[in-house]
Amino acid sequence: MDISRREFTKFGCRIIIGAAAGATIVESIATMGAAQVESPNKDYDWNEHLWGYVVDTRKCIGCGRCANACKLENEVPFDEPVYRTWIERYRVTREGNEETVKIDSPNGGIDGFIEDIPAKEIKKAFYVPKICNHCDNPPCVQVCPVGATYMTEDGVVLVDYEYCIGCRYCIQGCPYGARYFNIEKGTADKCTWCYHRITKGLLPACVQACPVGARKFGDLKDPESEINKILDKERINVLKADLGTKPKVYYVGLDREVR
Amino acid sequence: MVAEDLIWGYIYPNEIEIQWSILIVLYPYITGLVAGAFIASSLYHVFGKQEIKPVARFALLTALAFLLVATLPLVTHLGNPLRGIEIMFTPHLTSAMSGFGYIYSFYLIIVVLEIWLSFREDIVKNALKFKGWKKLMYSSLALFSYDISEKALHSDEKFARKLAIIGIPSAAFLHGYVGFIFGGIKANPWWSTPLMPIIFLMSAIVSGIALLILLYITASWLRKKVLNYKTLFSLAHYLWIFLILDVTLELLEIISMKYESLEEIEIIDRLLSEKIATTFYGVQLTMGIFIPFVLLILVMVMKNREKLKTLMIAVSSIFVVIGVFAMRWNVVIGGQEISKSLSGTNTYVPVFFSQEGVLPALIIMILPFIILTVLTYILPPWKDMET
Ligand code: SF4
Ligand code: SF4
Repeated sequence: MDISRREFTKFGCRIIIGAAAGATIVESIATMGAAQVESPNKDYDWNEHLWGYVVDTRKCIGCGRCANACKLENEVPFDEPVYRTWIERYRVTREGNEETVKIDSPNGGIDGFIEDIPAKEIKKAFYVPKICNHCDNPPCVQVCPVGATYMTEDGVVLVDYEYCIGCRYCIQGCPYGARYFNIEKGTADKCTWCYHRITKGLLPACVQACPVGARKFGDLKDPESEINKILDKERINVLKADLGTKPKVYYVGLDREVR
Repeated sequence: MVAEDLIWGYIYPNEIEIQWSILIVLYPYITGLVAGAFIASSLYHVFGKQEIKPVARFALLTALAFLLVATLPLVTHLGNPLRGIEIMFTPHLTSAMSGFGYIYSFYLIIVVLEIWLSFREDIVKNALKFKGWKKLMYSSLALFSYDISEKALHSDEKFARKLAIIGIPSAAFLHGYVGFIFGGIKANPWWSTPLMPIIFLMSAIVSGIALLILLYITASWLRKKVLNYKTLFSLAHYLWIFLILDVTLELLEIISMKYESLEEIEIIDRLLSEKIATTFYGVQLTMGIFIPFVLLILVMVMKNREKLKTLMIAVSSIFVVIGVFAMRWNVVIGGQEISKSLSGTNTYVPVFFSQEGVLPALIIMILPFIILTVLTYILPPWKDMET
C-alpha cells in the first residue's frame, strides 16, 4: 500500500465504504499512521538518521532559557499555559523523619524560579527539563483515530495539522503531559524536536539555548555522535519505563522522585 | 488566569486545561442509554419474555431517539468538526476511537431495520388508510410494498428476531467499546483497567432499563392509561438483577486497586476522598445503586399496593439514571482531575455558555425526547401497551 493518506482520502470518497474499510485496515496497520511517506526536503534523507536526546539533570540550573526559546522558535501561544518543553523543580525537605517533595514548574519554568523555601530546610534540590520523549512505541500515535499523529522514519513524532480533527485523544494517551491543544489551529500540538531545524543540520532551539549543556541532541545511528558517547559512558534512565513507551529522551542522574 | 486553588500538588504544566468536558461525559451516557434500551427490547424480541412485549417497540424507538444524537457531543467537541468525517475514510485502526464511525453506523442500521420490521404492519395499514401527504409518508416508509399477509408477517418476525440476535452483541460491542476508549489508556491509572468495558456495559443496561421505566410511566400518565403492572414489575426485576452485576464490578475495581496499592494509589485515594467523594460515594454508589437496590427488594416482597410500588420503582429509576450519569462523570472528569505526574490534582469547572459548555450539553440531552415524541407520533407503539 504505497499511497499517501491524502490520496487515499480522495480515493476513499469514491469507492464504496466496504472496500475502503478493507484497504484502510491494511494501510493503517502497515504504516502506523504515517501521514507522510517522503523526506521533508530534498537534501535530507530521513532513512540515514535516528534522532535521540539526552538530558543531564545534574547540569540544569533552571534558568528557563530553553523553554523560552522553544515558545519563540515554534510560535507556541506565549500567554497560554501550553508548553512543548518545561523545567520541573524538585525540592526535598525534611522535618524529623518526614520527607516531603515539593515539585513545581511555574509557567513551565520560563521565568525562572523563586526561592520560597529557606535554603536550610532543603535537603536536596534539582531541576528536571521535560520534553516529548519521541517514544519509539508512542501511545499518542497508537490512539489517534485518523492517523494524524505519526512517527517519521528518523524517529520524530509529529502532528499533521492539516489532518488532525482535534479530538484530543492523543493528549489523554500521552503519559508525560507532553501534548497540548492548540486553540489557534484547533489541533493537538507538541514538540517536534524542531524538525524544521534538524533536517537542515541545526540543533533544536532548546539545545541551542541551554547555557550549561544540560540538553544534548544527536543521531543515534552515528556511533561518533556526542549523545552516543554519553549513552555509552553514563548510567541512563528514561521516564516511566514501566509503561513500555520506549522513550528516546535519555536522562542522566534521574532521581526516583521524578515521574 | 487560572485560580491556583483549583490545583493541588504538582500537575504537568500542560494539564492546566482539562481537555474532555461535560460533552464527553454525555457521550458514554447517551450510548449507554441506547444500548440499555435496545437490550431491554431484546428481552422480548430475542428471549421471548412476553411480559416485556408491551414496551418492546417503545424501547426500540427510545434507542433510536438517543442513537440519533449520540454523535453530537463528539462532533461538537472536536477542534476541527468538519474533519470529523475523516474517521470514516481513514480510520487508524490501532486507535480504539477509530472504529466508532463504523460501529455506530452498523448499529444504526440494525436499530432502524428492527424498528421497520416490527412496525411494518402498522405502516402498511396506515398507508392504505390515509390520504394525501400522510399516505405518501407511510407508503414511502413501507417502501411501497404492501404485503402484510400472514406469511409475510411471519417471515418479518423471524428476520426481526435474527436481527435482534445480532443486535445484542452489537449493542454490547457499541458500549463495551466506549469503555475501552477509556480502559485502554495506560497513561491514566484511573481509566486503565480491563474491567472498564464490562463496567460500562452493565451500567449502560441499568440506565437503559431505568430510562425505559420512566418513559413508560410518563407516557401512560400523559395518555391517562393504566400501567401494565406485570410489565413494570418485570422491568423492575431486571433492573435489580443488573444493578447487582453493576455494583459487583464497580466495587471489584476499587477494591483491587486499593488492595494492590500500586504507585498510583495515593493519588487515587485523594481523588476518591477529595475530588469526587460526593459524586462517587454519594451519587454513584449510594443514590445510584444502594437506595434503588433496597427499594426494589421492597417492591419485590411487598404484596398489592400497586400505586406505592410504582412510586418506589419510579424513584429508583430516577436515582439510577442520575447515578449512572455520575458514574460517567466520575470516570471522564475524575480521570482528568488527577495528574499523570501522580503528584497532584486539578479541578474541572464547567462553563455554561461555550462550545463545550453546559448549554450545548443540555440541548443535546433534550433533543432525544423531542425526537422520541415525533417518532411515537409517526409510529405509535401504544397499542401494545393496552392489550
Ligand atoms: S512523550 Fe507523549 S507525545 Fe511524545 S511521543 Fe511519547 S507519548 Fe507521544
Ligand atoms: S487530537 Fe488530532 S492528533 Fe490527537 S488523536 Fe485526535 S486527531 Fe489525532
